[in-house]
Amino acid sequence: MIEIQNLSKTFDKLEVLKDVNIHFSSGSCVALIGPNGCGKTTLIKSILGMVIPSKGMIKVMGKEISSDFLYRNHIGYMPQIGRYPENMSIGQIIDMIKEIRNTDKNLDEELLHSFHLPSYFYKRMRTLSGGTTQKVSATLAFLFNPEILILDEPTAGLDPLASEILKDKIMAEKQKGKLIVITSHLLSELDDLITHLAYMQDGKLVFYKSVDELKKITGEERISKSIAHILKGAVNE
Amino acid sequence: MSRLIKFIILDILKNRIVIFYTFLLAVLSWGVFSLEDNSNKGLLSLLNVILLTVPLVSIIFSTIYLYNSSEFIELLLSQPIKRAKIWWSLFLGLTFSLGLSFLFSVALPVCIYAPIDIAVMMISAGLCISTVFVSLACMSTILTRDKAKGIGIAILLWLFFALLFDGIILFLLFQFADYPIEKIMVAIAALNPIDLSRIVILLHLDISAMMGYTGAIFKDFFGTGVGIFLSFFILLLWIFIPIGISLHLFKKKDL
Repeated sequence: MIEIQNLSKTFDKLEVLKDVNIHFSSGSCVALIGPNGCGKTTLIKSILGMVIPSKGMIKVMGKEISSDFLYRNHIGYMPQIGRYPENMSIGQIIDMIKEIRNTDKNLDEELLHSFHLPSYFYKRMRTLSGGTTQKVSATLAFLFNPEILILDEPTAGLDPLASEILKDKIMAEKQKGKLIVITSHLLSELDDLITHLAYMQDGKLVFYKSVDELKKITGEERISKSIAHILKGAVNE
Repeated sequence: MSRLIKFIILDILKNRIVIFYTFLLAVLSWGVFSLEDNSNKGLLSLLNVILLTVPLVSIIFSTIYLYNSSEFIELLLSQPIKRAKIWWSLFLGLTFSLGLSFLFSVALPVCIYAPIDIAVMMISAGLCISTVFVSLACMSTILTRDKAKGIGIAILLWLFFALLFDGIILFLLFQFADYPIEKIMVAIAALNPIDLSRIVILLHLDISAMMGYTGAIFKDFFGTGVGIFLSFFILLLWIFIPIGISLHLFKKKDL
């Protein structure tokens, strides 16, 4: 579904992505992990066309994205820090996005209701807490039933209850055979969700393996331990 | 496209600064005409006021508005919308709403008090100038990420075109007074959209007879149909070149 070839990006002189090659196929739930500043968000933003790569190519559903914009119909994106026009209310933002998309697809308003957002519709974005902003971002990402979900630190800032609701929702979408890409620092909470793991460091993709394969190689039961195992191995080599 | 522009126009028209700007222009134009008994003199004063305030408000307001829209732009970019469309919508939204407030405040008194041909000329020149400075605002916003720097560039551009340029011209005029520079002056006037529209309108008022030999040369050029056509063509260039440059840069910008 998403194919990335030889992707490089430099900001001024800083190399953020170095020759990344990766292929995400549908039905998988990929965790994109790595230390701060390793290029996860830049990689995601390049897929969305918000960052223009210096080199390389990205294909989404078989189409090159540099000359296309309609592919974003298939992507739901939840940013790490959602930035919204401050003077608009939650209701206005959601209505505006609906009107701009102007789609006749069935809208998925499950999260809207499970987060109880309609009762805050009059509130302006400026006055919202970080967690509520995240709820709005999540709702928007799932609203149009996209085939691909890209979630940048989805549970950061959410309270345990909301984060549980979101995880259940991600699980349900995964069952439908959608591609889900998640970046996160907290590995333990991803344990039961993910099928594939991509580890990045210093702008390079260190490994990309399925969870089963990873567990087999390392002989560990828990994902976090098997990653630690692999990383130790990498250092020793 | 139209949906996006509608959102932007509604957002801008609700803005207090735009309401105040409309009110100010309306007071100025009604005031000027009711104070002067001669409509030509009234037009002249109004022209000077318009050529000072319209560019200032257009460029500063648009620059600040564009910087404040960064979240809005970011939100739209993750939606299936072309980058060019986002930028055009912002530009057209600003142009329409500022143009609308200009029309709303200035058009009526000018049409009542001035002969219709000069009124049409004045209104179209005002709209062009307003658009030129929105276009320049787009360029100064895209040149730097820093809001303070961007607004600084906008103020400098206004200062240059509204005041400094005339000073430089005056200086050159005195330095080269002994040479036949009248024709070159026509060309140099085209380098400043504000001067260009001022000259075009001045030449249609009766006072142009008092401008001496240079005035005669100007009248010879700008007074004719070709001259007017050419002046408005140059104003269009002043609109399309900055917005074109900013569009090119926006397409490649990382957000």
